[in-house]
Amino acid sequence: MAADSSGADNPPRGLRAWLYKRFPIQEFISEQLTGYYAPKNFNIWYFFGSLALVILVLQIVTGIFLTMFYKPGDATAFDSVEFIMREVQWGWLIRYLHSTGASLFFIVVYLHMFRAMLYGSYRAPRELLWLIGMLVYLALMAEAFFGYVLPWGNMSFWGAQVIVNLFGTIPVIGPGLVEWIRGDYGIADATLNRFFALHVAAVPLGILLLVALHLVALRQTGSNNPDGIEIKARVGPDGHPLDGIPFHPYYTVKDIVGVGVMFVLLTIVVFYVPTFGGLFLEGPNFEPANPMSTPEHIAPVWYFTPYYAILRAVPDQRLGALLMFLAVALFVFLPWLDRSPVKSMRYRGAPSKVALGLFALSFVALGYLGLQPAEGLYVSLARIFAVIYFLFFLLMPWYSRLGTMKPVPERVTFHEHE
Amino acid sequence: MAGDGVIGDSEVDKSRRVFLTAATAVTGALGVGLAAVPFISSWMPSERARALGLPTELDLSKIEPGQMVVPVWRKQPIYVVRRTPAMLASLTGHDDRLKDKDSKESDQPSYAKNLVRARKPEFLVLIGICTHLGCLPKARFEAGFPELGADWPGGFFCPCHGSRFDLSGRVFDGSPASVNLRVPPYAYVNDQTLVIGLDSVSKKGAA
Repeated sequence: MAADSSGADNPPRGLRAWLYKRFPIQEFISEQLTGYYAPKNFNIWYFFGSLALVILVLQIVTGIFLTMFYKPGDATAFDSVEFIMREVQWGWLIRYLHSTGASLFFIVVYLHMFRAMLYGSYRAPRELLWLIGMLVYLALMAEAFFGYVLPWGNMSFWGAQVIVNLFGTIPVIGPGLVEWIRGDYGIADATLNRFFALHVAAVPLGILLLVALHLVALRQTGSNNPDGIEIKARVGPDGHPLDGIPFHPYYTVKDIVGVGVMFVLLTIVVFYVPTFGGLFLEGPNFEPANPMSTPEHIAPVWYFTPYYAILRAVPDQRLGALLMFLAVALFVFLPWLDRSPVKSMRYRGAPSKVALGLFALSFVALGYLGLQPAEGLYVSLARIFAVIYFLFFLLMPWYSRLGTMKPVPERVTFHEHE
Repeated sequence: MAGDGVIGDSEVDKSRRVFLTAATAVTGALGVGLAAVPFISSWMPSERARALGLPTELDLSKIEPGQMVVPVWRKQPIYVVRRTPAMLASLTGHDDRLKDKDSKESDQPSYAKNLVRARKPEFLVLIGICTHLGCLPKARFEAGFPELGADWPGGFFCPCHGSRFDLSGRVFDGSPASVNLRVPPYAYVNDQTLVIGLDSVSKKGAA
């Protein structure tokens, strides 16, 4: 290769040579970016991994600035958030970026997960990649929950009350565990302070570590693609996959376009609809926490409502909590529940396609129902969709084998641009 | 040992090495486990939180029949209802619609494990926190309350997840809550004064 030989002719000099001798920056760039080959047939679904990484950075940067003004504590938290909103220069922007970023994070992560389900990205050899991703998702849910409590509005308080009490449904140790989590006989100052520590230090460190592991695992197996075939199976004379292109510059440039589009959408929300009609920031949270007054209607932020709807649909508290945790945990088992001979939905039989469609529908429907009051028709519908949700996973070993599979191509499907 | 020179593979006692490695690992793990105790214990309620959770007194003479007052004990609202004879009469006749009519599965002191779930029928004392997930049930004392149906005998309704309780805090079928509202430890100092947080006025009660 021309570039390599010219590099050998002109060895780096000066500061660059000094640096290269002491730090493997060249190796990093060539192994992770210019020499990392990704399938050339990525489509729009492949934006969301890099977008999630960008939002992680956004949340860390805006979060660091918020901690400069926020004061944890039951007497100070609510006022300090109002202080940020009204008196800190540009404080409103930093906070709205952070709160909108949280919702955006989940939008992007849900689309990223759906992509994996669409193209069988969790299948061998990427099971571990999927499992690490699930841990990131769990950590992200914890992070979002702790963050939601910090403004110490009335919904923060009662949301914390409901979620922490879920652990009280565990037999024997439940009540003691709840007291240990709260550090008091009710949700109190002690609870808020430890949630602050978890939100700004413990969980973000865990997320960063897990994201790094996610990327390491990805580099080991390489990305899946919309055809669900392994590009490493066909290698050209230069040793690189025939259907692969270097991640840099091809996909870095593509991803920058995605980031641009995402930031346009983000800023539209931040500037014009920061509460998003109560979906991103809920009305009752603009009142201070009041342990003596439950809001008329408690609903978590939208990204938890599918699971919340399942919790409420069950007329038994222990079983409801168990099914809610199960609804999250079942994703973990997908690599082993899926027995389809082909990976990508493009080549699967009708039963798999219908099942995935029904699952996506029930997830969205449960998300809607979790925002509605727990009564009448809403509960009946939530029960129907919860059954569909669980059947998607539980029947997968059977239906994923049914139907006529289309032949999988040898090479990826790719149309050159005119 | 010094002076032995180079030891070949054949001379290494592998089982001894495995034992020492395992013993070191186990001892280390034990140390880490013990060192974790103070950190885990730091999350328990602090001395201050415990001190603030001491018993609280309530003057009953100011409560009108049919009225509820809500004092606070241990950061929890306590529902104290002065039940009228009609309210007490409403406790019978819906046993078949209750999940735990005899309060067998529910949490209350032994002196409140009866139909009225109280020391004295007139005064109902409950922890005003839904046993489902901790919201505050609302007082819906009127029988046949519009949204709760014609057969509603009067009681409490939790707005969060729709749990229903009668005027003894017993949970109705079809509620997400599985057990009756909890009764805190309480005792009468005299006819007109209640102390919440103690099983008897002479000795200190448990939570």
